[in-house]
Amino acid sequence: MTTPIKTVAVCGAGGTMGAGIAIVSARAGFATICYDLAKDSLDRALKQTDGFFAKSVERGKMRAADKDAVMGHLSRTTSLDDLAAADLVIEAVFEELSVKRELFGKLNAICPAHTVFASNTSTLSITEIAGGSGREDRVVGLHFCLPAQLMKLIEVSPGIKTSPATLAAAWAWCEQAGQLPVKTQDKPGFILNALLIPFANDCIRAVEAGVASPADIDTAIKIGLGYKMGPMELLDLIGLDTQVRLCEAFYPATLDPRAAAPPLLRRMVAGGLLGRKSGRGFFTYEAGKMFGG
Amino acid sequence: MRYAIRQQGESRSFPPGDPFHAGASAGGAVMIHLGTPLQADDTKAAILIELGTECLGVHTGEKAGEEGSNVLGFARYRNGADPPSQLVELVRQPNTRPEAIAAAKAVFEAAGLTVVVCSDQVGRIIDRLVRPKYNAALRFLDEGLASAKDMDTTCRLGLGYPDGPIERVERGGLAYHHDVTAALFAATGAAAYAPARRALVAKQRQGSDGS
Repeated sequence: MTTPIKTVAVCGAGGTMGAGIAIVSARAGFATICYDLAKDSLDRALKQTDGFFAKSVERGKMRAADKDAVMGHLSRTTSLDDLAAADLVIEAVFEELSVKRELFGKLNAICPAHTVFASNTSTLSITEIAGGSGREDRVVGLHFCLPAQLMKLIEVSPGIKTSPATLAAAWAWCEQAGQLPVKTQDKPGFILNALLIPFANDCIRAVEAGVASPADIDTAIKIGLGYKMGPMELLDLIGLDTQVRLCEAFYPATLDPRAAAPPLLRRMVAGGLLGRKSGRGFFTYEAGKMFGG
Repeated sequence: MRYAIRQQGESRSFPPGDPFHAGASAGGAVMIHLGTPLQADDTKAAILIELGTECLGVHTGEKAGEEGSNVLGFARYRNGADPPSQLVELVRQPNTRPEAIAAAKAVFEAAGLTVVVCSDQVGRIIDRLVRPKYNAALRFLDEGLASAKDMDTTCRLGLGYPDGPIERVERGGLAYHHDVTAALFAATGAAAYAPARRALVAKQRQGSDGS
């Protein structure tokens, strides 16, 4: 028997993913503590959250009174001690094993014994993150998809020591939050990234091998397979530097040659071609318009 | 652009009843071979050969990277047993004449198809890119990473795909997946293309269950 989850804390709530998770939680009626190191980030995220719900009201998807109620579920803090009230902590901090382990280690001394720790990691091992936390049986993976406030899917991954009760509590919370959980083993990339990262690399290698232009690869995938977005455009959106980081997390864990960052990707990042955010990646972007597609 | 068709056997790109057949006329500037052997003819704007898993070079011969003429390969992308998609993968060689590419595109686009151009490599664009993903998904299924349903759900909801890898590869046919990946594996030697266990099983069972 586990303690019902009433209060949720989100670590890294000043970031895009963390803010989205906080929206999911607050929208479902959970008291939601938004934690981040920088108050500025939290302030910015709160403003964006308010804007998101304002749009929902504008589009008739939410009543104005409900917006006020949901915003009332959100609180902000830069003090980790305030997370003592949480029944569930979801971390969406920097994707670095040592950072996540240190956070859970500190939280273990602050939170009550029943609190479940969840990691939103996309590539790291839940078992490794849980290691040394002092509550390995109460750590679970909850991987949200970007943008979390719009995407229903959550990959739920138990670590080697995660107890059935913890898994059940996390699963139930996902459902209460209106999300759709899918269960995966604690393996690199779970389902989504295990399929997506090597596929994206294969596409880059196809460009490098002169198989086709980025535009023709995107057209082929969209028309032939019915994908909404082509892989080259998606890479530009994610950021080519981010793809390198994903490869660097994924390849050492799998030794899958498809997961290794392709030479062209590294050259583009070295040349400052990072994708949409730098104005040029596989395509060129000017004033919100895409060229070369 | 008028086109003529020479056909022997069934075409995967243009099965019987496909409206593309009705648009053909004798003496067209573009000659399309559906299962018939290549006949060189420099007077044609383009000669198009429907490809299976083989390279265009099998039909034309190759010359140390200098090959190319008015002959192109093509295949309308099709996921095994699924109906043909609206996509035509047009295969060129290093010295394929630009006018031949333009003529080929004009013929297919006039028929309402979308054309992409690729070099003469095994798997062209789509099979080269998606077959390793299907292999990985089939291996994940064997290894217990997740259920087929959860993998498919993850791809549909997490990535916005119209279908998941398991449902798609099964719908297209695992024995077909075996044939495509076996050709890719033979040409590249890359482990990612080696037919997955479930594809091998399906291939070995082909015919034994009436398929």
